[in-house]
Amino acid sequence: MADVNRGNRPLSPHLSIYRPLYTMILSITHRITGVGMAVSLTMITWWFLALAINEKYFELANAMLTSVVGGFVLIVSLWALSFHLCNGIRHLFWDSGKGFELETAWRSGLAVLAGSVVLTIIGVLVSRGVF
Amino acid sequence: MEWWRQRITAVALIPLVFLFVLPLSRAMGQDYDDVLKIYEHPFNAIVAVLFFITIMSHLRQGLQEVIVDYVHGKAMMTIALLANTMFTTLIGVTGVFSVAKIAFGG
Repeated sequence: MADVNRGNRPLSPHLSIYRPLYTMILSITHRITGVGMAVSLTMITWWFLALAINEKYFELANAMLTSVVGGFVLIVSLWALSFHLCNGIRHLFWDSGKGFELETAWRSGLAVLAGSVVLTIIGVLVSRGVF
Repeated sequence: MEWWRQRITAVALIPLVFLFVLPLSRAMGQDYDDVLKIYEHPFNAIVAVLFFITIMSHLRQGLQEVIVDYVHGKAMMTIALLANTMFTTLIGVTGVFSVAKIAFGG
């Protein structure tokens, strides 16, 4: 469709011919983690509801969430949350007009990745009662 | 307006996430009575209620952005947006109700 009545107007960049930049991956990951956490939040809310209902129901919800599969999902959720938090702060800086330089955006992206891993590890250690 | 609400809730969630997740990560896996004690405490209960209210708005706005970008067709879009509002409201109300019931010792 790009050649229909375009005249001399500039062509918008086609994502499919771009060499994927890791900053682009960070951007889509922000959305994926956001949407994914809807599932995590549903699990957590179900756990609270079970706690509010009675002991038997709570034992079930608690056992599900702390099972091997449940635990894995929660750790992935913890990383998603850590990433979304760090990258969200990066977005807030952009909203205020700061950090748009290529070099800065590149480095803040690395900081987001590092921060998400560090926060996840801290979260796991807290859940294990280390702190 | 919606743009601002997404940013305001984002900023509010920065401290709320830490205050909500810390006691939660300790609580998970503990016994029923111990977990109840954690959320009977006013501080944890108030934080949890604030968290659920704020996340309800932030999640709805975020999912709406994704729906508007990826869902095509007027009917599908309307259904998706309606489902989004119902889902996020249900999550928020269930969360707030549950925490309140626990905190008031019902």
